Amino acid sequence: MRQVIIVGSGPAAYTAAIYAARADLAPLVIASSVEFGGELMKTTEVENFPGFPEGIMGPELMTKMQEQAERFGAELVYDDVTKLELEGEIKRVHLGSGEVHEALAVIYATGSAYRKLGLADEERLSGYGVSWCATCDGAFFRQKKVAVVGGGDSALEEATFLTRFADTVYLVHRREELRASKAMQERAFADPKIEFLWNQEVAHIYGDEKVTGMGLVSTVDGTETTKDLDGLFVAIGADPRTHLVHGQLELAPEGTVAVRGRSSMTNLEGVFAAGDVVDPSYKQAITAAGSGCVAALDAERYLSELPAELLARAAGTAPQPQPASA
Amino acid sequence: MSARNVTDADFEAEVLKSDKPIMVDFWAEWCGPCKAVSPILDRIAEENADKIDIVKLNVDDNPETAMKYGITSIPAMYVFSDGEVKKRIIGAKPKPALESDLAEFLA
Repeated sequence: MRQVIIVGSGPAAYTAAIYAARADLAPLVIASSVEFGGELMKTTEVENFPGFPEGIMGPELMTKMQEQAERFGAELVYDDVTKLELEGEIKRVHLGSGEVHEALAVIYATGSAYRKLGLADEERLSGYGVSWCATCDGAFFRQKKVAVVGGGDSALEEATFLTRFADTVYLVHRREELRASKAMQERAFADPKIEFLWNQEVAHIYGDEKVTGMGLVSTVDGTETTKDLDGLFVAIGADPRTHLVHGQLELAPEGTVAVRGRSSMTNLEGVFAAGDVVDPSYKQAITAAGSGCVAALDAERYLSELPAELLARAAGTAPQPQPASA
Repeated sequence: MSARNVTDADFEAEVLKSDKPIMVDFWAEWCGPCKAVSPILDRIAEENADKIDIVKLNVDDNPETAMKYGITSIPAMYVFSDGEVKKRIIGAKPKPALESDLAEFLA
């Protein structure tokens, strides 16, 4: 049995791992089999993480966080959690391999998953022109026409990135103003390759073998138009990954895991949550890292108040008999 | 052991003329999910060495083959048998999911 298991591998999970490892809690980190490193593995330059004045590549930042956690004794497992049993004093974490790990505390930091448009042809054409990762797939669209759907930072970042390759990048947004930061907006407005399609929703994706076009519907008057297209990038936000804790952890109205005040404490004793999975508003690498730190400190305090014999079992040592007093 | 590389130049000899099913992993240096799936493919290759070959093709260095097969998203893992594409798998997936996608070739 472990003292603490951390589920996740983004900035929140790795920061929690660094703090927990430095507190001698020997955390086990379930980093997932293919999505380890989290969202930043799919980004390019990160320019707003303090301490890197020249910027740093997302995957490199995550590798450094991982190394920092391992340096202090965090152990990583590249597998996926299939089931969590979070009630009671001893928590159980089931993995894809069939292994079951036990711990006294769990830090849940699974982040969020890309939202889909919900169109019939989206799944069928996924990988054949429909994409959720401009940095992965952008280079295949040299001198082509692509569209990005969305109005937030990630949509504008993708659109700007895609102009390196594509001739035309449509930005499809259902309103006429963007949620994205000012800096991102200015960069995109100044880019001659980006064409904004305001007040439009994607209603159809066309193509047999691969994407050939999209059908748009005006959110103002319902007018339908079509555009020829080679690629469609979906960047309409993400939903917190709460499927493993449904029925166990209370959720906030926004769909994130509910935590008490500024802490990481959930409705269950010994279960802490951090990162994008608790955050409906900020969703930055640095805020996730900060909340991972909070979770590790909360877990450390919780563990320090548990009975000594439980802790001894978790540390893998039998309780030491007290020396007889003279 | 990691999978060997194939190129535009030897694609026909190595892949299309292979005498057993062969999976080509289309990848690139800058693709995070490709790096994630790579060790999983190595393990599947090792565990099923008698049934399927797994090779890698760098799409930046070998654009001709990538274009010929219409690759627009990586990692893309195409299984070839008798010179034809028999299965397309797109995107990094956990090992059990890949194994079930490949079930007909691993049986």
